[in-house]
Amino acid sequence: MSIRQSFLAILDQGACYGYQLRAEFDRRTGSTWPLNIGQIYSTLDRLERDGLVERTEADDSDHVYYAITPTGHDEVAQWLVSPVVRSTAAPRDELAMKLAIAITLPGVDITALIQAQRQATLRNLQELTRAKRAGGDGGAGDDLSWQLVIDSLIFQAEAEVRWLDHSETRLVRAKASGLAEPMPIDETRARRGRPARGGVPIDGKARA
Amino acid sequence: MTEELLRLDGVSMQYGTGETRVTALSGIDLTVSRGELVAVMGASGSGKSTLLTVAGGLTTPTSGEVIVEGNWLSQLSPRQLATLRRRSLGFVFQDFNLIPSLTVLENVTLPLELDGFPGKRAKRPGLDALASVELLDKADRYPVDLSGGQQQRVAIARAVVGGRSLILADEPTGALDSTTGEVVLRMLRSRVDAGAGGILVTHDARHAAWADRIVFIRDGRLVDEAQTPPVTTLFEGADR
Ligand SMILES: Nc1ncnc2c1ncn2[C@@H]1O[C@H](COP(=O)(O)OP(=O)(O)OP(=O)(O)O)[C@@H](O)[C@H]1O
Ligand SMILES: [Mg+2]
Repeated sequence: MSIRQSFLAILDQGACYGYQLRAEFDRRTGSTWPLNIGQIYSTLDRLERDGLVERTEADDSDHVYYAITPTGHDEVAQWLVSPVVRSTAAPRDELAMKLAIAITLPGVDITALIQAQRQATLRNLQELTRAKRAGGDGGAGDDLSWQLVIDSLIFQAEAEVRWLDHSETRLVRAKASGLAEPMPIDETRARRGRPARGGVPIDGKARA
Repeated sequence: MTEELLRLDGVSMQYGTGETRVTALSGIDLTVSRGELVAVMGASGSGKSTLLTVAGGLTTPTSGEVIVEGNWLSQLSPRQLATLRRRSLGFVFQDFNLIPSLTVLENVTLPLELDGFPGKRAKRPGLDALASVELLDKADRYPVDLSGGQQQRVAIARAVVGGRSLILADEPTGALDSTTGEVVLRMLRSRVDAGAGGILVTHDARHAAWADRIVFIRDGRLVDEAQTPPVTTLFEGADR
């Protein structure tokens, strides 16, 4: 997770104590991903264990500061120049899974299912847009971070709506050509091991 | 208190007769109040543009009633209808529809002048409308000197000039890139928040999300509506 790297990048700007680090993280991400203080300290413990940060003696107000080490600094530099590569294995998308199963079941009104989902996603999109509207144009620096994060959520919700539209159209076509029949349980005994045939794995590699 | 700017009551619209008859709208009920923006989404050919032309009195529905600011359009003479259209309604189209030989200000004041305002008296409201879309400095330029996004903002100014309160926008962001489209929506939204009302036809869910309500049209029928939820705190930033 990039929380670890985010913390390092902040600490690279100057040593912080736990609550201070949390405040900095929130300020720079528009408080979009709230972290509890336990998560902060467990992450800091791991960073310390890996030699990426060092802990100072408590100061007068009992604050223990965490300072970045040269190794930590290098890791930040590396993080910033490396693209984030998402796993090529299909992420477990709840909605894709629900739809994939639902179309194999008899008596499910898929159009209604898609429409209900589209409404829910649009509501989410409206809510995000409202928040964005209220937030202005992203003048100040922390507002700008927040706008970027909210835009990311908006584009994800939009992509979901487009995928739903697309799925609905596909389904209508498949039904018209008799390709969307429910799938009864396969009574031939399931073999152990991998299925002999089926879809191409998402990462595109051929199965052995 | 919600003031109703537009009401469609059981509106149906058929084009052509006999063999070539096309039902573009059937039994549409829809209201738009002051301060409200309603988005209309639907596939190509589902009847969205027809809905706008009927709502704006440009075409007479085959059956049903259209009521604009309390006026039953079916009861108006053609002349009264034309006057109502000029005074109450503003259209915004995908391709801006500005007149190239007129300056930006002249484009904006055109509806007022058509309504019999002398040029001098039209100027003040024209400048106000331009200011509301932050284009005062372009008043004396010609449309060709403006970017697409700016031209569309001029079209919005023209749609609201002189206190006209019902904006009917057909794919206003269709010809604009994503960021520019958003600027245009922000302007449209702020005109609505300032006391207008409007219908926004769009294919784009991200743009429809600027509306208070989203309605879907399928084969000329409204299928259902997505209402804006109460503002909950999705995250902390939401209450800024
Ligand atoms: N002037 C006309 N004469 C005859 N048929 C028409 C006329 N205008 C529209 N139609 C038909 O009415 C139906 C609805 O058209 P409309 O233009 O309202 O769709 P739309 O939802 O705006 O589509 P798009 O997203 O492509 O703009 C279509 O079947 C269209 O062919
Ligand atoms: Mg259209």
